[in-house]
Amino acid sequence: MYKVILAIRYLVKRRITYFAVLAVALCVFIVVVVMTVMIGLVTGFTQKNHSFVGDCVVGTESLVGFPYYEDFADVLKQASFVEAVSPVIKSYVLVTPVGSEHNYGLEMMGIDSALHSMATGFGETLHHHKLDAAKAFAPAYDPNLTGFVVGIDRWLERDSNGRYDHSPSPTRAGLAVTCFPLTAKGALAKAGAGLANTKTFYFSDTSQSGLAKVDSSLIYLPFDEAQLLCMAGSVTRASAIHLKFKPNVRLQSGCEEVASLWRKFKQETAGQSQASLLENVTVQSWKDNRRAFIAPMEKEQTMLTVMFALVGLTTVFIIFVVFYMLISHKSKDIGILKSVGVSNANIMILFWGFALLVGLMGSAIGVLFGCSFLVYINDIEGWLFEHFRFQLWDRTIYAIDDIPNQVELRVVAVIVLSAIVACWVGALVPTWQATRLKPVETLQVSRL
Amino acid sequence: MSSNDSMLKAEGVFKSYRMGATKVKVLKGVDLAVKRGEFVAVVGASGSGKSTLLHILGGLDKPDKGIVRFYGRDLNRFSAGELNRYRNKMVGFVFQFYHLLDELSVLENVYLPAMVSKSIVAWFGYRGPAKKHARQLLDQLSLSDRADHKPYQLSGGERQRVAIGRALMNEPKLLLADEPTGNLDSTTGNGILDALEKLNRAGQTIVMVTHDERIAERAGRIITLADGKIRS
Repeated sequence: MYKVILAIRYLVKRRITYFAVLAVALCVFIVVVVMTVMIGLVTGFTQKNHSFVGDCVVGTESLVGFPYYEDFADVLKQASFVEAVSPVIKSYVLVTPVGSEHNYGLEMMGIDSALHSMATGFGETLHHHKLDAAKAFAPAYDPNLTGFVVGIDRWLERDSNGRYDHSPSPTRAGLAVTCFPLTAKGALAKAGAGLANTKTFYFSDTSQSGLAKVDSSLIYLPFDEAQLLCMAGSVTRASAIHLKFKPNVRLQSGCEEVASLWRKFKQETAGQSQASLLENVTVQSWKDNRRAFIAPMEKEQTMLTVMFALVGLTTVFIIFVVFYMLISHKSKDIGILKSVGVSNANIMILFWGFALLVGLMGSAIGVLFGCSFLVYINDIEGWLFEHFRFQLWDRTIYAIDDIPNQVELRVVAVIVLSAIVACWVGALVPTWQATRLKPVETLQVSRL
Repeated sequence: MSSNDSMLKAEGVFKSYRMGATKVKVLKGVDLAVKRGEFVAVVGASGSGKSTLLHILGGLDKPDKGIVRFYGRDLNRFSAGELNRYRNKMVGFVFQFYHLLDELSVLENVYLPAMVSKSIVAWFGYRGPAKKHARQLLDQLSLSDRADHKPYQLSGGERQRVAIGRALMNEPKLLLADEPTGNLDSTTGNGILDALEKLNRAGQTIVMVTHDERIAERAGRIITLADGKIRS
């Protein structure tokens, strides 16, 4: 019982321990806040990428595309583990607003809006057609016109709070979309009066995927129109097929099944016209398909974790110094305790208990303040912006609505446990030294 | 004197310390026997090894050579656990500089050895009687009104009486006092000696070391330590 009493009294009565508690609390506070925000950002970014491409992509990097996609889409539709399939045309187009001489280049995706909404989260990204994605390319002001859907940042500007100024219904606006159609061999095909196909599409909706690059440089066109614009030849081609698996289908096994089906399909199609284009087609999970975008962010998170490991090391050192000083000051107490029969093991337990209390107390304070700060982080940022024009992430640049502040219990538990272990490690050497102290050396002014 | 007659017996105890490059021989074959109920004063000049002898008798230090027997059992052969129990239950220490724990109240300092002797669970059953006993000791030492004070709020004499209370808490067979009046004025010191005499009259065995022969005269037997050996 004396161990509990003394550990608590050392914690409460020794001012130096306040610094140790404060150091732990500060570290825990910083780690909880930054990890929560970072994990929130990475998770959100990852989910948005998943939503953008679906579960699996069968496709080619080549702008020529690959043939017999309809046949393979039929094969996939019959597979028990596949829920939805969406063929896609991918290319680059030159866009000229009607009545303007200025033009700009955009990435283009030709999709069947209904199918693509089933295979990916496309429908959810729409503003005017969220509830009826099948009609995404039918402008509300004239459904007979051929519409386009464009990345929101290409069409609307955001205010400093990150809000877009949507009009209640889409306003009439036309874009002349120009594309160079490619033959199956990758050559420019003769089209219309020259080498380029041009068609005017009318604004129907915006798409907000939450991915900055997508929202600023992508235009969606109806699949058939996109195919006519970009792909010439006797056999119709597509750039990719996006798939969604049925619930409870594991990503890896689903992709392996698709790859197996693709190999079989490729063998069956061998020898047919343009079958060589099938050789360039790969089957990728959404993670592999978006690896180039997700990996840097994950790397950033890893680097952040390493940096926090260094913060943890600093904490260990602070705890070590505090304990070293404390035990130096308390060497007389150790002698007294030994003189009344306290064992070395119990001296160790006493100071480890003390370290545990420092860790628990520091962690509790750090978590409390960290969680409180996270609850109000967006309000705090709003207030800072209102009064000092300071914004952590410029909403006109970054595609985030709010700073992520969803505290994960698992993460907090790991941080608290790490803090306690750091305290224990920091106290290890001084505590071990304490047990080695000889009572006669600490109790006597003169040894003789 | 056979070991059966003696509570405590030191035979040919040697002890030396290294001070830098020099090895200082402090005890050079000390023989000593203390009977149950005795009040023995060990007198010697400063640096004669009195405190070292006391620490060896109390199991706080080990001799380089020689044997210390407590009721016939060799302290050198005690395991670490047995030595801890010996210091906790058989011996009570009173130091010149009191050595109380500032984080504990006077009452807690007194019942500290009782707490040490029990596990947390056992302590909850024993706490009541232990506190009662500690309060009785404080009452006997005229410190009842100081029970909830902290050691630093007490005078030197009061602190030493608290130290005596702590030493007696587990009713040890042997009380070892190291210059118990060395840090006190003569009036307060006399009070402490009165308390020790009273305890001895009640049957407590006491070994006290002091450099002051007048103080030693309060004991039943005086042993002089000089040049690392017992002279008388």
